[in-house]
Amino acid sequence: MALIKDRELSEDSWVHIEDGVPVPSDGGAIVSLERWQAERDALSGRNAPIGIRLDSDTPAENLVADIDRLDLIAVPFSQFKDGRGYSTARLLRERYGFTGELRAVGNILRDQLAFLERCGFDSFEYAGGTDATEALRAFDEIEVVYQTATDRRQSAAATRNHPSRAFSNGTSG
Amino acid sequence: MYIYDEIDQTMVDQRVNQFRDQVRRRIAGELSEDEFKPLRLMNGVYLQLHAYMLRVAIPYGTLSAEQLRKLAWIARKYDRGYGHFTTRQNLQYNWPKLEELPDLLAELASVQMHALQTSGNCIRNVTADQFAGVAADEVIDPRIHAEIIRQWSTLHPEFTFLPRKFKIAVTGAETDRAAVKVHDIGLIAKRDVAGELGFEVIVGGGLGRTPMVGPTIRDFLPERHLLSYLEAVLRVYNQLGRRDNMYKARVKILVHETGAEKFTEMVEREWEQIRDTAVDLPAGERERIAAFFNPPLYDKAEDAAETLTRQVAGDADFAHWVETNVAPHKADGYAIANISLKPIGGVPGDASAEQMDAVAALAERFSFSEIRVTHEQNLVLPHVRQDELYAVWQTLKSYDLHTPNLGLVSDMIACPGMDYCALANARSIPLAQEISERFADLDRQYDIGELKLKISGCINACGHHHVGHIGILGVDRKGEEYYQITLGGSGAEDASLGDIVGPAFPYDKVVNAIETLVDAYLGVRADNERFLDTYRRLGADPFKEALYGVN
Ligand code: HEM
Ligand code: SF4
Repeated sequence: MALIKDRELSEDSWVHIEDGVPVPSDGGAIVSLERWQAERDALSGRNAPIGIRLDSDTPAENLVADIDRLDLIAVPFSQFKDGRGYSTARLLRERYGFTGELRAVGNILRDQLAFLERCGFDSFEYAGGTDATEALRAFDEIEVVYQTATDRRQSAAATRNHPSRAFSNGTSG
Repeated sequence: MYIYDEIDQTMVDQRVNQFRDQVRRRIAGELSEDEFKPLRLMNGVYLQLHAYMLRVAIPYGTLSAEQLRKLAWIARKYDRGYGHFTTRQNLQYNWPKLEELPDLLAELASVQMHALQTSGNCIRNVTADQFAGVAADEVIDPRIHAEIIRQWSTLHPEFTFLPRKFKIAVTGAETDRAAVKVHDIGLIAKRDVAGELGFEVIVGGGLGRTPMVGPTIRDFLPERHLLSYLEAVLRVYNQLGRRDNMYKARVKILVHETGAEKFTEMVEREWEQIRDTAVDLPAGERERIAAFFNPPLYDKAEDAAETLTRQVAGDADFAHWVETNVAPHKADGYAIANISLKPIGGVPGDASAEQMDAVAALAERFSFSEIRVTHEQNLVLPHVRQDELYAVWQTLKSYDLHTPNLGLVSDMIACPGMDYCALANARSIPLAQEISERFADLDRQYDIGELKLKISGCINACGHHHVGHIGILGVDRKGEEYYQITLGGSGAEDASLGDIVGPAFPYDKVVNAIETLVDAYLGVRADNERFLDTYRRLGADPFKEALYGVN
């Protein structure tokens, strides 16, 4: 498994902590939503980054009150086919204003990366078949976007109506 | 019609390169068939009984002559000289080779075509009324919004891994030629009392193993909000549609299980949050797209109608064809010419490369280079001068494209069935051929009148049997092919689902059974009453009696 963060291979400074396992006192820790809800004060008093796992069947809405206290939200994809996490991500970013790290975990394949990024994910626990360096090319394969999404890339329609701008810069922003 | 700009062209070109790389990785063994599957499905590539199959998108059924020639060229070079037009206004090639697919897609891209989203659990190729822009009863050309939806749905980042496939159809006319009520979303353009343009929105229709006529969830959606409203529907579906059971994953099940009212509330609530964001198009873009669908510059064609009358009087065969296959056009002196792809005994929807070239040439000469593909698996020349119909017909005749059977019993829809499809229980094509031959006598077909017969080889209902006036469904009975017959379905504005008439028939009894049903209808129909109307008036009894005897 490799970590892709902001389109680069990165060292992972976070650890996933299973329920029932003690949370280390330093370093980024990702816990389940239930644990966070049960131990909120202790966890945010740790003085180290804290993240949670938000399962796909839990509505993003449930996190509204906590969003400013979280440094990372991990959205699991148990199968790449299960696309609920794409909507979850957009809602977290666009509706609930989450600005921390949004991480896609689980069955993350090369050819899903560009879609995930457009929905607001900025980091990926990459498990795909091909090697991770090669997978970085996936972000740029198609530069044209036809819709406005979380990444705020300029859609084809917007470009056409602002002819002075270049039609695509291929980056997220 | 819509012409790509540099942006659209860049997209399809880059898409071809992306797919080329995916195929390379598959052939090199970097991708397993399982990993490759979702990628090829995003490009219309299925693995079928004998080979890969490629489904090419013909967005809302509009083709240029140049595009049709390219499809013919591809059929010769990469297939066995023919293609199959489907009920979703696509074209299927049954015999392409995996390693040649990237080149094939590049050929398509060179004429502004693609195979994007013709399969997979995403928003599929958008369909529309084949008479768009020329129908006399039209509020607006539905292709404008179909194109808007095509662009919006293309590689939509949020809706590419939906619970199940998602099909959208648009019509701008009162007569529903696009089967909008049996789509995941059906849109009917209308004007409100103030004259403002908008859509009736129908969600959750569909066929397959749980057929449903979709409920209307909004009577009037102002046009400028179209995309935000669609996005709201799709988001609700993406989050809540069932993923535990693929047979219950379509949006129709969600709408049904939630209740249309509650579902509507959820959509409206979501829409309130996004209706004034950048999801909807800037006004200029709508105008830009609409301009592509301005009508062509029609001639005055002053004496055209008279010439046609004379030609009709002089040639009885031509007169039949005009009566059956030609429809009124909104411009004076013009007509819509339907080209039947259902010759007696032929394979419904198949067209040879020679036939495609011939139709392309006719379109260039007589129809402003435009062709339409219908969901009933036929072709259309949408703008023919009435005094040129005779010349068109004569050419069609030399390519066996002149069968005057539109809407008649031999103008059937049939799915590929056991001949190509890995899921089939039974054969569809040979049955369609036999029925067509049994009713070969055209005078008899005219006498029977409008009769929509639709055949599916299994419960997935690719042949739309549920909405056939007569529907035939292939079922498996201990390894033997049996056929269930339904009566009284319709896919038009009076949409309804057919009822099973009684026990199924083995293959060799089906043609007789159909003939028995037709004869029973002829015996009891009132004047000018269609088969469907007789059935609706009298119910199943006279038909049951004819088929199975009294009780
Ligand atoms: C030969 C390969 C084919 C396969 C394996 C196939 C498979 C399927 C399956 C599994 C479904 C049901 C999906 C669901 O209910 O969720 C379906 C539906 C459908 N297919 Fe096909 N199909 C094939 C060819 C075709 C062709 C050639 C046509 C057009 C002539 C077609 C038109 C349709 C349509 C219109 C539906 C929609 C039914 C609905 O709305 O639920 N299919 N197909
Ligand atoms: S209806 Fe069944 S047999 Fe016919 S094409 Fe569809 S899946 Fe195949």
